[in-house]
Amino acid sequence: MLEYEFMRHALLAGVMVALLAGASGYFLVLRKQTFAGHALSHVGFAGATGAALLGAPPLAGMFAVTVAAGLAMGWLGDRLKGSDVAVGAVLALAMGFGMLFLHFFTAYATQATALLFGNILGVDGTTLYLLAASSLLCLCALAMISRPLIFASLQPELAEARGLPLRLVSMLFLAIVALATALCTQVVGVLLVFALMVGPGAAAQQLTRKLGRGVALAVALALAETVGGIVLAYRSDWPVSFWITALSCGGYLAAAAWRHRQTRRSPYKAN
Amino acid sequence: MSAAPAIAFHDLELGYAGRRILSGVNLQIESGRFVALLGPNGAGKTSLLRAVLGLVAPLRGQIRVLGRPARRGRGAVAYIPQRHSLNIGTHLSGRDFVASGCDGQRWGWPWLGRRARREIETALECVDAVELASRPLGELSGGQRQRLLLAQALLGKPQLLLLDEPLAGLDVLHQRQVVKQVDSIRQRLGITVLFSSHDLNPLLGSMDQVLYLAAGHAQLGSVDEVISSPVLSRLYGAHVDVVRVQKRIFVLPGAGGQAHA
Ligand SMILES: Nc1ncnc2c1ncn2[C@@H]1O[C@H](COP(=O)(O)OP(=O)(O)OP(=O)(O)O)[C@@H](O)[C@H]1O
Ligand SMILES: [Mg+2]
Repeated sequence: MLEYEFMRHALLAGVMVALLAGASGYFLVLRKQTFAGHALSHVGFAGATGAALLGAPPLAGMFAVTVAAGLAMGWLGDRLKGSDVAVGAVLALAMGFGMLFLHFFTAYATQATALLFGNILGVDGTTLYLLAASSLLCLCALAMISRPLIFASLQPELAEARGLPLRLVSMLFLAIVALATALCTQVVGVLLVFALMVGPGAAAQQLTRKLGRGVALAVALALAETVGGIVLAYRSDWPVSFWITALSCGGYLAAAAWRHRQTRRSPYKAN
Repeated sequence: MSAAPAIAFHDLELGYAGRRILSGVNLQIESGRFVALLGPNGAGKTSLLRAVLGLVAPLRGQIRVLGRPARRGRGAVAYIPQRHSLNIGTHLSGRDFVASGCDGQRWGWPWLGRRARREIETALECVDAVELASRPLGELSGGQRQRLLLAQALLGKPQLLLLDEPLAGLDVLHQRQVVKQVDSIRQRLGITVLFSSHDLNPLLGSMDQVLYLAAGHAQLGSVDEVISSPVLSRLYGAHVDVVRVQKRIFVLPGAGGQAHA
């Protein structure tokens, strides 16, 4: 399997994306902002197709639009709460525009499937470098903001009193999440980003009460699910995205079942 | 203990968007005191505490905290916010929750050194929550969470502790426990405590002074000086009855009004 270049590229790209998706996904679940991940991927679809229409690389368009949307969401912060109708409408509109741009851009109709469901087996060398560089950059940024991010998530008022700029932290975090979603769409596509961003983080929260261990577990699960999905797709000839979503859901269900049994057995000792 | 008062208000006026909620506040809280912050709903207790933290800018006047102007990010001032919702991170252990406050405002990876770990354990011991700390937050009762919040507030060696209605939702027994715990911490660490509450009875015997807010005005003094019908009537600008039953005190604003404080 490793004798094929496209498989080597796919596995490397998958690893780079999974590292970031797992780590940022854990914080996304912790902050109860999973909807933001979902929203950003939809907005990114419009960005990618819009860029393609203008003759720019779709990935660049997706990066630009998701990061802008992430910063805006972080800026608005709590004001977005309770306005889910407005947010939902904007998302639907973004997808609508995405479809419109694709309609004009008939030359690459197959791009639609690639964007919506991912195309990791088609990652070329340049894209691989781009994915790796942006993933590492985001991981460093996430590590840099992780301490204030945790504090601001758990104790916003205290953090504010200690002089932490809450809005800046929130904007930086959502910008990282935006890049992470854009990277994830390369693997599983716009529609299935949720599986890779949220599944591992949610499962990790079921498995441990320790924050550091939780992040590590989320990363490990994301890696296992992505690599596992690619390998299974190679063996079965079924789509990679299907396998990754299946593994992600399976992982979450298994973690939830484990937690359920632990709490039933010994309510206080479970770890 | 420094000679400067822990908190000094000079001609303070507080409000939001031009709407005044407190004015003409001129008073000083000496360092090392346990001061109860009392007053009806909406009197401005939370706003006053947030102003001391530098989170609300005064409309007029000045606040000096530990000898310097009130400003955000003073590590020497600890704070427990009102109505802490705790709906984020309920799966996390109490210890990890407390640890998030350890230098939490610094950028970087939240790596805890040996000193930080020891400080966290000491703070947990201080509030008798070492056992609690390994349980997940979501499983703890309101009173148990309150102890963790107190432990978190103690990180970073504060000199001034601001507590916003930590007794809300606790039964009388647990209210007394929290007050005693705060008082013993105050004595042991020599810090100043400003403790807002709706009921002054659980604080009797532990507090030194009352800071009473009502109808836009503030009054500071001992319980006997402040909690009396003439003084509170003047503060409220309306008749207030003060009823003492055995060792308990009830403030009854307005004829036939409801007891609170
Ligand atoms: N962020 C804000 N913007 C505008 N008005 C505010 C804000 N926060 C508080 N207020 C108003 O200021 C007044 C004082 O509120 P504050 O929360 O300080 O009262 P409180 O004494 O803490 O009341 P409670 O006992 O209910 O906690 C109220 O009338 C409230 O409506
Ligand atoms: Mg209040």
